[in-house]
Amino acid sequence: MSKIEAQHVDFHYGSFHALKDINMSIKEHEVVAFIGPSGCGKSTFLRLFNRMNDLIPDTRLDGQITIDGQNIYDRSVNVDELRKNVGMVFQRPNPFPKSIYENVAYGLRVNGIKDEAFIAEMVEESLRGAALWDEVKDKLKKSAYALSGGQQQRLCIARAMAVSPSVLLMDEPASALDPISTAKVEELIHEIKKDYTIIIVTHNMQQATRVSDKTAFFYLGQLIEYDNTNKIFTNPSKEETQNYITGRFG
Amino acid sequence: MDNKNISVNNHARKMLAQNVAFTTFRILSGVIVTILFIILAFIIIKGASVLNWDFITTPPTDGMKGGGIWPAIVGTFYLMVGSALFAFPLGIMSGIYMNEYASHGKIVKFIRMMTNNLAGIPSIVFGLFGMSLFVNFFGFGDSILAGSLTLGLLALPLVIRTTEEALKAIPNSFREGSLALGATKLQTIWHVILPMGMPNIITGLILALGRVSGETAPILFTCAAYFLPQLPESVFDQCMALPYHLYVLATSGTDMDKQIPIAYGTALVLVIIILFVNLLANALRNYFQNKLKTN
Repeated sequence: MSKIEAQHVDFHYGSFHALKDINMSIKEHEVVAFIGPSGCGKSTFLRLFNRMNDLIPDTRLDGQITIDGQNIYDRSVNVDELRKNVGMVFQRPNPFPKSIYENVAYGLRVNGIKDEAFIAEMVEESLRGAALWDEVKDKLKKSAYALSGGQQQRLCIARAMAVSPSVLLMDEPASALDPISTAKVEELIHEIKKDYTIIIVTHNMQQATRVSDKTAFFYLGQLIEYDNTNKIFTNPSKEETQNYITGRFG
Repeated sequence: MDNKNISVNNHARKMLAQNVAFTTFRILSGVIVTILFIILAFIIIKGASVLNWDFITTPPTDGMKGGGIWPAIVGTFYLMVGSALFAFPLGIMSGIYMNEYASHGKIVKFIRMMTNNLAGIPSIVFGLFGMSLFVNFFGFGDSILAGSLTLGLLALPLVIRTTEEALKAIPNSFREGSLALGATKLQTIWHVILPMGMPNIITGLILALGRVSGETAPILFTCAAYFLPQLPESVFDQCMALPYHLYVLATSGTDMDKQIPIAYGTALVLVIIILFVNLLANALRNYFQNKLKTN
């Protein structure tokens, strides 16, 4: 059974038709890359999986998205619970103005966990998971802003991991980072894919080939092609995909 | 050759224009600072002669021809605290509501317009309104309670607007970051947004306090007493206040030679209090900003 299933998804911002009849199925522990030119709808689609678009007024969703067989837009769904299960890492590192420790502990605290020993354990585990522990273990009480941009982004990944989600959404997580930090984040994605189902939006096609199992190419609100990453980048079935990956537009 | 001349000429003209503009700006800023200093110097020169420990710790004597202004200082303090207790929670909550919960609808646009209008109402009108609502209708009488509520109304739009502006300045990525971890909207506001907005909110609050401390018209019909030998004992008592005391001494004194210096002394004390309040605003702002960095 697939982990995530999107059926006939249409999405409107006001009168703008941003996503057109998207169907997609993602298996557990797969890494899927969304590629496509700016404004093609890939980020909009990503933000549907944790209902982040709910925050934007005057939008409309048709169709159905299920995670673990549950329609996440059903009335009975608790959005906060959903977001605990579907973590998100944003384009720009956005740590809170708190200490490194409190940044990671935040998700646990807001979800009602009071046991300090457990929180400390989860903070360490998450920071280790995000390959940041060795760099920050001596300055956990220091401000998160004392970290470099790349470290901040890994802190945000640790923060997302701390609440034990099963899905991680990454919206161009390396676009604001230097090449070395980018390599670290990509390496990290490789390491954590055994525990998570990951969807990553990227503008960087090398990145898509490096990190993903499957790639979805979006263009003008439509899902043009969705296949194994290898196939997409070596032998795409659609001409638009071919044009985009060879750099003829976008 | 010609081309070179044109460019040199052009450059010279641009430099001249820039120099003229900068000199004008410099002179104008100088004028403003000078005016402020003249006002301060004027008050200090006229008021310093009466300013001593007794002046700020004893009540007026001899039909306000002598003694100090202690009851007026205390009264102003009570009014500041009272109006803050009323306006701060209400204003901050309104500001949060307007920016975090409902920032897109027509209703909010309407509320915002009304808030701005409220800020533009002359303070004497607040005074009349406070008299008819708090003093008469609610039956609080001329009292610290009625005066505080009236001053609170005056401060309310200031508090709402600073809160709204402070929260608006916080990038959405922080809200999304918190919500994406499963935090509720309220938790996001309480744990992330409010602490980040606090330095700016505090500054606005304290500036509103400074404004309140100097207002005369709103307390004219609602609270201020001409002369009270003893300090107020409850919120239903009247009190003296510095700006009103100053107004009374300067307009309806019986012995101008003795009372004008007292009036200037009162003005000096009021200005010093407002100055301290503003310095406090700066200190608190720095404190919260540093706390934000390390917490």
